[in-house]
Amino acid sequence: MFYREAGQFKSSYQADQAIFPIVQDRWFMALVIAVAFVFIPFFADEYWHQAVIIPFLIMSLAAIGLNILTGYAGLVSLGTGAFMAVGGYATYKISTAFPELNIIIVFFLAGGITAAVGMVFGAPSLRIKGFYLAVATLAAQFFILWCFNKVEWFFNYSPSGTITAPPREVFGILISGPEAEPLARYYTCLIFLCVFALAAKNMVRGHVGRSWMAIRDMDIAAEIIGIRPLQTKLSAFGISSFYCGIAGALYVFCWLGSVETEAFDILNVSFPVLFMVIIGGLGSILGSILGAAFVTLLPIFLTNAPPMVGLVIAADLAKHVEEIIFGLLIMFFLIVEPHGLNRLWQIAKEKIRQWPFPY
Amino acid sequence: MAPNDTAASPNIAPGVTTPDGRTIGDEILNVEDVSLAFGGVKALSNVSFNVFEGEVRAIIGPNGAGKSSMLNCINGFYKPTEGTITFKGQSHAAMETYEAANQGIARTFQNIALFRGMTTLDNIMTGRNLQMKTNFIMQALYYGPAVKEELENREVVERVIDFLEIESIRKTVVGRLPYGLQKRVELARALASEPDMLLLDEPMAGMNHEEKEDMCRYILDVNDEFGTTIVLIEHDMSVVMDISDRVVVLDYGQKIADGTPDEVRGNQRVIDAYLGVQHD
Repeated sequence: MFYREAGQFKSSYQADQAIFPIVQDRWFMALVIAVAFVFIPFFADEYWHQAVIIPFLIMSLAAIGLNILTGYAGLVSLGTGAFMAVGGYATYKISTAFPELNIIIVFFLAGGITAAVGMVFGAPSLRIKGFYLAVATLAAQFFILWCFNKVEWFFNYSPSGTITAPPREVFGILISGPEAEPLARYYTCLIFLCVFALAAKNMVRGHVGRSWMAIRDMDIAAEIIGIRPLQTKLSAFGISSFYCGIAGALYVFCWLGSVETEAFDILNVSFPVLFMVIIGGLGSILGSILGAAFVTLLPIFLTNAPPMVGLVIAADLAKHVEEIIFGLLIMFFLIVEPHGLNRLWQIAKEKIRQWPFPY
Repeated sequence: MAPNDTAASPNIAPGVTTPDGRTIGDEILNVEDVSLAFGGVKALSNVSFNVFEGEVRAIIGPNGAGKSSMLNCINGFYKPTEGTITFKGQSHAAMETYEAANQGIARTFQNIALFRGMTTLDNIMTGRNLQMKTNFIMQALYYGPAVKEELENREVVERVIDFLEIESIRKTVVGRLPYGLQKRVELARALASEPDMLLLDEPMAGMNHEEKEDMCRYILDVNDEFGTTIVLIEHDMSVVMDISDRVVVLDYGQKIADGTPDEVRGNQRVIDAYLGVQHD
């Protein structure tokens, strides 16, 4: 009744190609952004920022990156953790070598380096697909992390083998280092996520995105139309890795502060990000964010839910139960809706559109 | 091998006007002595024929005669083991598949090869990909040239959509469309690139009578309005005889006849191989 496109006529193709062609969608999106920028900082305390919201924002960015590669271009990758590590370590190296350089510029440079590394490891994708490609990217995961562990230059010969984010300012506000306010770090991550999600959406609705999807859906037909497989696949790897690199930089500088390679481990990063993409919905920017929300928020909810209803469980048992429930929920969810949260969202919108007379 | 058997068809030649008022242009495609072998299997042996600009050229033959292989050679998907293929005066012996589209060859497939996860509009827009040059940074920012380019190409695509009367399914994901419409969307995608030559691999396979009539009308309209040269493979003989200017007949990878539909119909080897087969 309230949500419908009836009466909203488009008189130009530009209006028809808008990201949110329906007025109600635009209002809803504006509301979400307003909540994120204005209300959440009011209500969130340090625990919420550090444990919930910042990791969710960073993982969303990584998930968008992987979704470009896996969801849009159809190239399965298990190397997300490694590419994030490249972003994190590159930021650390550049930032410690040139302390005067604005940290935002450093983030972008690190993203560029990650893109280059991603394209090198993506080169085999011209020849191999599917699971075989996943195994090839696994090689990137193990090789890169091994490299960061073994070659001491990467962590500036620090005896502990960890990298620590130095304090860096943007417009006089500290956004990294131990002194940085959670709020500053929150806004940094949020702005990065908003800008990059919009950029990703723009790319996937343009001809770049269409060539990715064409290669994904039927590579032979795409080639016969004149889409070059090598350039298309490498551009997907490059742009996806750029996103992962930025996410990795934020991961180190705006969230953990001090990391060793273990933080980018396949079980800590690569698989969870892949789950986010699958649960959120392959080939959807919104889905990446929803998936990231599901994977990062659900365990926290499961940890906090029993005490809320007065149930006291021993900490180690709670942890195990939480993992079991989390696994079961993922399975249940994939059986019920294999196309992910994004599809559920669309079905919901369709239902609302027809409400209250669904005939 | 005789240089060119097509000299035997006097009715269709450069400069000739067909009964329905189209003018046949110069030679656009020349296939000369093309052979194709997969290991020991000879898919094509010494096939030669040519196509004039603006004509409707059919390739027919029984199953496994090498028709689809022939099309695959023409648009660079297979590399002929021997022989040359000259398109618009340019010989392309060893060409990458994506280059054919650059030269102005578009095609549809026997088994529909649409991008199933994308909408009709997006599918047809991929046909314009070669004309879209802005880089991904401009795309990501979605400003100025990127928007302009997108809208210009959208307009071309909308003309094709209008031409093939598929306005109502613009925003539908093609995987959900019925078969006949999918075939039409595939034709639209091929047309969107404004090709000089259109290769159609069994455009009417699996259609009922009305759908076939529609498809014939679209093919003839494309040929008539855009002057697109059409090379098609088809099994329905009445369709082939009705709409094509000249017909090549292949059997076991060899050319057994070439000429106007009437000439081919009367050819004894064709009757033996194909047309004269009695159905029980």
